[in-house]
Amino acid sequence: MGKKNLFGLASLVVVLLVVPHLLGNPYYLGVLVWCGIYGLVCMGLSLFMGYCGQISLGHAGFCALGAYISGILTTRFGFSPWPALGVAMLASLLVAFVVGLPTLRLKGHYLAMATLGFGMIIFVAAGGDPFGLTGGPSGFWGIPKLSVFGVVLDSEVKWYYFVWAVVLVCLVALLNIVHSRVGRALRSIHGGEPAAKAMGVHTARYKTQTFLLSAALGSLAGSFYAHYVGFVNPHPFGLNFSIHLLTMVVVGGMTNLWGAIAGTALLTILTRYFRVFMDWGVFFDGFILVIIMLVFPEGLFVGAARRLGGFVSRKRSTGVPGQASRQAAGGG
Amino acid sequence: MELSTILQYAFAGIKIGSIYAMVALGFNIIYNTTGIINLAQGEFVMLGGMFTVTLAKLMPLGLAFPIAVLAVAIVGCLFERAAIWPARRSSVITLIMITIGGSFLLKGAAMQVWGKNSFPLRPFSSEKPINILGAWVQPQVFWIIGVLAVVMILLTLFFRFTLTGKAMRACAANRAAATLSGISVDRMVLLSFALSAGIGAIAGIVITPVTLVDYGCGSMYALKGFAAAVLGGLGVSAGAVVGGLTIGLMECFGAALPFQGASSYKDGFALLILFVFLCAKPSGILGRAAISELKKF
Repeated sequence: MGKKNLFGLASLVVVLLVVPHLLGNPYYLGVLVWCGIYGLVCMGLSLFMGYCGQISLGHAGFCALGAYISGILTTRFGFSPWPALGVAMLASLLVAFVVGLPTLRLKGHYLAMATLGFGMIIFVAAGGDPFGLTGGPSGFWGIPKLSVFGVVLDSEVKWYYFVWAVVLVCLVALLNIVHSRVGRALRSIHGGEPAAKAMGVHTARYKTQTFLLSAALGSLAGSFYAHYVGFVNPHPFGLNFSIHLLTMVVVGGMTNLWGAIAGTALLTILTRYFRVFMDWGVFFDGFILVIIMLVFPEGLFVGAARRLGGFVSRKRSTGVPGQASRQAAGGG
Repeated sequence: MELSTILQYAFAGIKIGSIYAMVALGFNIIYNTTGIINLAQGEFVMLGGMFTVTLAKLMPLGLAFPIAVLAVAIVGCLFERAAIWPARRSSVITLIMITIGGSFLLKGAAMQVWGKNSFPLRPFSSEKPINILGAWVQPQVFWIIGVLAVVMILLTLFFRFTLTGKAMRACAANRAAATLSGISVDRMVLLSFALSAGIGAIAGIVITPVTLVDYGCGSMYALKGFAAAVLGGLGVSAGAVVGGLTIGLMECFGAALPFQGASSYKDGFALLILFVFLCAKPSGILGRAAISELKKF
């Protein structure tokens, strides 16, 4: 996994343990819970986009699946939260498999539009309420609290520790994947699919597996959302959320799992701290996407560092953005 | 189902299908010259409607129409120069994100300018429905069909008989060869954005009297228009019309299916069709697989 990542993980743990003691107001802790929940989805999306070189414009759909299935099973069918979460995840995997099987053979635009369509179908289905389960546009209340080892997660503090523990576990797992044979295979797909194929990498299988993994993480985040808020309606799971997820991943740098978490934290804290971002959200997501893609294709942090470094010493040439991002992928 | 009912649904399908066809035409024009799917295409439709609603308060509709189309065409040019042109050598994934970003940028700006309300526009001629074999049809539907026909005829004439049109087709066929014969590909790309923004705006203006317009309506038009373009074969003009009308008709007859809540799944049908086609025959009805293999999507 590399010294850099171990150091990164250690510092993250320290920061996570210190931060709650510095924040007086539970609202701010709540913001960090959101960072964790979004971070889960964004890590999966980062793996799919940055390492696999694919694009999904419908990941909100998987979050919706997780949230709705968890919510419906616990409130209407008497499931306890954990089995419901498991069922939700299995269902999302199944749906991702069905969606992914044909679409991942497609590339670029077709895949983008197919995932966009998938997200919209889920959104329409949740609002349409076919079998009287989803509560239509207004959703439904009363989703029970999640409990872990007998501890009921009924406060911001408990949620904070729980969600970030899950994030850390997933992060370690994903970092391991990235730094294994599979990770190298994934990066080769990003680098150039025909070349990867020629080297014997089973590109379709890897792409499908990554897609499934990211869908499972999306579903997990969705289930957490449902139990944390206790209320589900279709509105938060529309196209806007899919694009917001994309923006968070891109801000941190697509080809970097750490970037995904940093980008998520940055944008989530900004949107929840400054009320202006609420109303301007759609505009800013678009603006940020365009600017990042044009100016810092390798992400805000790496890009800004590179720019600053460029001012200090002009010895190294900045190079082609595409190349730079591929080099950054090596750093993981 | 009675004949009059069938006709009623058919007219509704053709009405909305014509709009999808125009959006699909816009997709095709940009796709042919650049190989990009412009995900902001739906926003041009929304802007066309919005500009006209605002302008119609100040001037007669006959004047507001062309000014709005021109304004949206200028927005299309600005978008190309500001966001697409600087990234012209980037990867497909970058370009997809730029166009989706641009789409949200325009949508967010529209929300700030016009707010979150829906706006009506008065129909071009009388509001009295016309009775055709028992089906009641709004006169605006004939305007929509007529406008689609005019747009198709003008586009065909433009691409076949003018030098600029031929130059654009040359870019689509082979960019390198077009450059070598002295065609400015850059300018053709800019023109293709202006043209498809203009056509999108026209679609937005003619549909607004029927469906109203709000800042967020663009995404659905873009998605359905893309479905139409794929169904007909990406890059094929006639395919755009065939695909658009097919999706419009399927949507309206799908909404009439005899199960509970069928109408609320209207939007789902078009997307399902898109899905099936993407999986089974990505080259579409009128497209040829060999050509689509060569494109760089």
